[in-house]
Amino acid sequence: MNIALLLEMAADAAPDRVALVCDGKRWTYADLLAAARGAFEIIQESGVEYVALLDESSEASMIGLFGAALAGVPYCPLNYRLADEDLAALLERIAPALVVGDEERVERIAGDQGHTVYSRELFALKAQETWPEGDDREYDPGEGIAVQLFTSGTTAAPKAAILRHSNLLGYILGTVEFAAADEADAALVVVPPYHIAGISALLSSTYANRRIVMLPSFEPEAWLKLAEAEKVTNAFVVPTMLSRIIEKMTGGVTADLSSLRAIAYGGGKMPREIIEKALSLMPETGFTNSYGLTETSSTIALLGPDEHRAAIASDDPKVRARLTSLGMPLPTVEIEIRDEDGKVLGPNEPGEIYVRGEQVSGEYKERSALDAEGWFPTRDAGFMDEDGYLFLSGRADDVIVRGGENMSPGEIEDVVLTHPAVGDACAVAIPSVEWGEAVGMAIVPRDGHDAPAEDEIKELVRSRLRSSRVPEKVIYVDELPYNEMGKLLRRKVKDILAD
Amino acid sequence: MKPGTRLKSAVCDTEVMVIRTAGRTIECGGAPMAEAKPAEAGTLSPDHSNGTLMGKRYVDADNTYELLCVKPGKGSLSVDGVALVTKDAKPLPASD
Repeated sequence: MNIALLLEMAADAAPDRVALVCDGKRWTYADLLAAARGAFEIIQESGVEYVALLDESSEASMIGLFGAALAGVPYCPLNYRLADEDLAALLERIAPALVVGDEERVERIAGDQGHTVYSRELFALKAQETWPEGDDREYDPGEGIAVQLFTSGTTAAPKAAILRHSNLLGYILGTVEFAAADEADAALVVVPPYHIAGISALLSSTYANRRIVMLPSFEPEAWLKLAEAEKVTNAFVVPTMLSRIIEKMTGGVTADLSSLRAIAYGGGKMPREIIEKALSLMPETGFTNSYGLTETSSTIALLGPDEHRAAIASDDPKVRARLTSLGMPLPTVEIEIRDEDGKVLGPNEPGEIYVRGEQVSGEYKERSALDAEGWFPTRDAGFMDEDGYLFLSGRADDVIVRGGENMSPGEIEDVVLTHPAVGDACAVAIPSVEWGEAVGMAIVPRDGHDAPAEDEIKELVRSRLRSSRVPEKVIYVDELPYNEMGKLLRRKVKDILAD
Repeated sequence: MKPGTRLKSAVCDTEVMVIRTAGRTIECGGAPMAEAKPAEAGTLSPDHSNGTLMGKRYVDADNTYELLCVKPGKGSLSVDGVALVTKDAKPLPASD
C-alpha cells in the first residue's frame, strides 16, 4: 500500500482538475503525477537513502512527497528555522539524501556529508522534464516508511518519528471520502511542510480532489487576501495564526470570506478568548478543533462545528467548557486515560492519554514506543468526561510534582490568566529543597496595565485552588518563548526561572 | 497475498487494492480476480453485476476482507460467491 495511490487515483478520476495553486502557478492532478514520476527517476538515479526538503511549502513539497513514495525512500522535510548547528546534525542523520531547497545553506553547513542538492526550481523543472523510460515502471510496493519527521524537541533532542505508508493510508482511507470535494472547493494550506499537519493536509486534499492553495509563509493580511482571491472553502491554522487573523479583522482589514465554510485548528492550545471571538466574527464558518500528534499521522480526536456552536450557546457550564475540549476520538481509533501504573482510569480522572489504531505509528527510528497491545503513550496529560469529551491539561513531562502531589501547569495558568492585568502566563516546576519541586510562574503583564503584585497573584491562586498550587517564585517577562507553531517552550521558561 | 496487492477483474475494468484478506477467493463479476488480466475477458455474471465505485471500500460481514476500488467497472465484488458490501467512511469535518 503506497501513499502515491492517493495521487494516482486523483489523476485517474480528475486528471484536468486543478490540484495545487502556489505562487500564481496552477498544477493539475495529471501534472503532479507526471512530475512525481519524473522525481522517482531522479531519486532512483541519485542512489540516496532519503529525500529531504529544506524549504517553505511549494510544488516541490508535493512532488518530493509523492516522488519519494514511488521510489520507496522516506521523505523527510526539515525545519529551515533551526540554527545551522542543529540542522547540520539532522542532515547528518539522513545522509546521503537528495535535498531540495536552500543549496547555498546545505553546501555551507553539510557540504561534506555526501548529499545531492537541488534548488526548488531546478527540482520541479527536472521532475517535469524527466519521463519514465518504459510504460511499466516498477514502483515501490509501499511496505516501508513513507515519511520521517524530526519532532520539534520542546523537551529533549529531536526524535526521528517514522510514519509508514500503512499508517498514513489508514488515516486517509478511514477519514476522507474519495473525490468528495466539489470542483470549487479549495483548502488554504499555511502550516510548514515539516509539520505533520502540513503532510496530512496534502494527502487528504489530494484524495478528496480538493484544490490546495499554498501560502508558503504566514502573514495575516496575505492569508485574508488569498482566501478571498481563491474563494477558499477550507483552512487549517494553528492558534497563533487565528489570533493574528482576528487581530487584523477587528483592526479594520476587510476580506470577503463568504466562501470560507470551515476552519480547522490545532497544533497548540487555543485560548478560549480567541475561539469565542472567532465564532462571533465568522458566524457562517464551521470551526473544528483537531487534536493529533506526529506519531499518530495527525488527527485522533476532534470537536466539530456543531459542537462549537452548541457549546457557546449553552448556559450549562459543563457544555460550555467543551469549547476548550479536544472533542471526541475519531471512530477509527481508541483512546484511554491511564495512571502512572498503566491502570485505565474512569471519567474525569486525570492521567496520560493513550491511543491505538491503524494510523498510530508510535515508532521512532531508534525504537517503537507502542506497548505489547499496540497502545501509544502520547505523554499528553488529560481526562475524558462522562460523555466522552477529551480534555488536555498539558504534557505529562510538564506536570509539577510537589511533595508527591501532581499538579498540572494549565490549571494554575488558567486561574492566573483571569487576573485583568495578566496577558500571558506559564507555570513550570522549579527545584525546591523542601518539596522536591515547587511552582514557578512567569507572567507577561497585559498591554496598558502595570504588572500585578506578586502577593495578588499568590492570593488569587490560593483562593481558587489548593495552597500547594501557590507559586513560590513569580517573575515578570516581556513575552513567553513560543516556537513558530505556537507551542510554548516550557523548557526555556524553566531556564529563565532558574537564573 | 499481501495488503497492497492490486487485483484485476477478469470480466470488466474493475481494479482493487487489497487492504485485508484471509486467503479465500476474491471475485469480481462472478470470476476470480488476479494480479494480471486474462488475455481474453470472461463473461460477466448477471448475479454479480451491480458495478464497483472508485474510492469505495468493500468488506465482508466479519470485516476479514477489505478491498479498495481503484478502478471502477461493471462487475460487483464477492468472496467465495458471497457479495461484499460498501464500508462507508463516517463523514467527518475536514480536520487538516
